Amino acid sequence: MKIRDLFEETFFALSTNKARSGLTMLGIVIGIASVIAMVAIGQGAQNSVQSSIEALGSNLLQVRPGAQRSFGGGVSSGRGSAQTLTIEDVSALKKQILSMKAIAPEISSRYQVTTKGTNTNTSIVGTTDAYASVRNLKMEIGSFLSEQQVQSGAKVAMIGSTVRDDLFGEGGEAIGQTIRINGIQFVIMGVTQKKGGTGFGSQDDMIFIPLTTMQKYLSGNKYVSTISIQGIDASSLSDLETQITNVLLNEHHIADPTSADFNILNQADIVETASSMTKTLTTLLAAVAGISLLVGGIGIMNMMLTTVTERTKEIGLRKAIGAKRIDINRQFLIEAVCMTLIGGIIGILLGVGVSFVVSVLGVTQTSVSLSSVLLAFGVSTGIGIIFGYYPARRAASLNPIVALRYE
Amino acid sequence: MIQIENITKTYEVGGESFQVLRGVTFTIQDGEFVAIMGPSGSGKSTLMHILGALDTPTTGTYFLNGKDVSVLTEDALADIRLGQIGFVFQSFNLLPRTTVLRNVMLPLVYKEIEKEKREERAKGALKSAGLHETYFDHLSNQLSGGQIQRVAIARALVNDPSLILADEPTGNLDSKTGEIVLGTFQQLNQEQKRTIILITHEPDVAEHADRIIFIKDGLMVSDTKMHRK
Ligand SMILES: Nc1ncnc2c1ncn2[C@@H]1O[C@H](COP(=O)(O)OP(=O)(O)OP(=O)(O)O)[C@@H](O)[C@H]1O
Ligand SMILES: [Mg+2]
Repeated sequence: MKIRDLFEETFFALSTNKARSGLTMLGIVIGIASVIAMVAIGQGAQNSVQSSIEALGSNLLQVRPGAQRSFGGGVSSGRGSAQTLTIEDVSALKKQILSMKAIAPEISSRYQVTTKGTNTNTSIVGTTDAYASVRNLKMEIGSFLSEQQVQSGAKVAMIGSTVRDDLFGEGGEAIGQTIRINGIQFVIMGVTQKKGGTGFGSQDDMIFIPLTTMQKYLSGNKYVSTISIQGIDASSLSDLETQITNVLLNEHHIADPTSADFNILNQADIVETASSMTKTLTTLLAAVAGISLLVGGIGIMNMMLTTVTERTKEIGLRKAIGAKRIDINRQFLIEAVCMTLIGGIIGILLGVGVSFVVSVLGVTQTSVSLSSVLLAFGVSTGIGIIFGYYPARRAASLNPIVALRYE
Repeated sequence: MIQIENITKTYEVGGESFQVLRGVTFTIQDGEFVAIMGPSGSGKSTLMHILGALDTPTTGTYFLNGKDVSVLTEDALADIRLGQIGFVFQSFNLLPRTTVLRNVMLPLVYKEIEKEKREERAKGALKSAGLHETYFDHLSNQLSGGQIQRVAIARALVNDPSLILADEPTGNLDSKTGEIVLGTFQQLNQEQKRTIILITHEPDVAEHADRIIFIKDGLMVSDTKMHRK
């Protein structure tokens, strides 16, 4: 039997029973579409977590007070609850470590902020001019803290866009206005650009003031709550981490590294942990979708078995007039594969469509990869072969006489 | 040439074996027109299935054109059916919801004949089976009994087989239509020199043949050569 005839027969057979073929195909369509969409959503989530972590600054190390522990090993009792890091530590690091791009100490604490009748409670960050480059912060209006402002302890503030919206209304005029933080008056000199994202404390909901001002009027001591250090590149980060550890141990006169009174958070580690979490999520979603694909495959097998039984007489006749085993086998196998393949193609289109809609609606970022499309294509063909094999074999091995006598 | 010797066929039914054919021996020369008669259940259809290489005998030998058919594999038998034999089944067995033309072309699909030639040959076969052209695109379930008969005959002819086997081809027809169908077989036999084996209950149908083999209880009880009128 020629291939062209084989496909003609298949088309003929599938179109005689459109409703049934269609419904059976639907199982595959849903299965493939959900695999594509779920993987795209998982992949998208992974990308967005990664990029929001990187938005906090690239090649970042953060030194925090407290006992040494690995990331995720326990719940921190809050920034600055242990007070071990000081301005002197920052100077020592600046002096002794050469292979870093920038260093920015910060003190952060929540205070009540008031202005002309409105008020809000937000994070106040006392820091230096280096903070903007370390944390990848850009200004919408005005400029960030200057070295001069930091040295003189000026009562100036740069506010995040969320704070601006809260205090002055969305997009309201903020420059030159005065606000009171814990009763002390500050002049707003700039508004930072919106970063979006909520994880790891949104920088849109912060007020930045000079470190010296913070120490003098608000915290009242020499301690800092975080020291952010930007490395040259990602590969030198762990090396930098060791250097910082050594300098600080030395400064704090601690001999045993395990009893260090600070800990260092490596951004690369955070990215890795977060992405391994989203990877697990992706796998889970894909597994659920895979199960629906399996159910679709069983639907194909069920339909093919019904078809073979229904068409027993036809099969008998075909064999009686000279069809060989392989002709019958191929005919039914191709019928199954055609259904899964067409279902697969529709499923891919649907899955890509769903992913697109999900990301347009802003539910979550999605990313359809070519490999998942190719995989879906292969899997749907494979399902056709696997679940079509048994029914086709059954059809091919029918005895023509028995099949002809079948009523 | 058909040579069968001491053919038996046994079926297992519910654990008991049931011998349908109990040793049949005969030879049919090329170009003969043979009628096989016998009461219902005597084993005529079973014998025809064996002669048509659809089934193999339990014991005994069958030589078709000098080749031992009783030892062939399933696929080799399919090849013989495809190349040398045309069937008209007792219950016709046309594909349902399929046009007349497609039904007749089916054997040619398996013979891998070019599409254009297929249609030409199918039309030719339908014409020699006596079906009018207007019905070629009708679906098989939109035909009368006599028309179905003709389509079944055309399908048996389309392969250009040297042996045509017909199981009660006139069973469901009125005598006039039956007469026309039999005329077709006679024509195929006399003009195209095809061997025809026809199973029937009715003596006046058997009269059209030039030899009558009578089967009863799985045994051949008579073998009569007729003289052409
Ligand atoms: N596959 C089978 N399994 C069991 N018994 C069978 C089978 N095929 C035929 N038989 C039996 O063999 C016997 C002969 O059947 P067959 O069809 O050859 O009769 P027949 O002579 O053609 O009868 P009719 O004139 O009614 O068509 C019947 O009794 C039938 O029940
Ligand atoms: Mg019979």
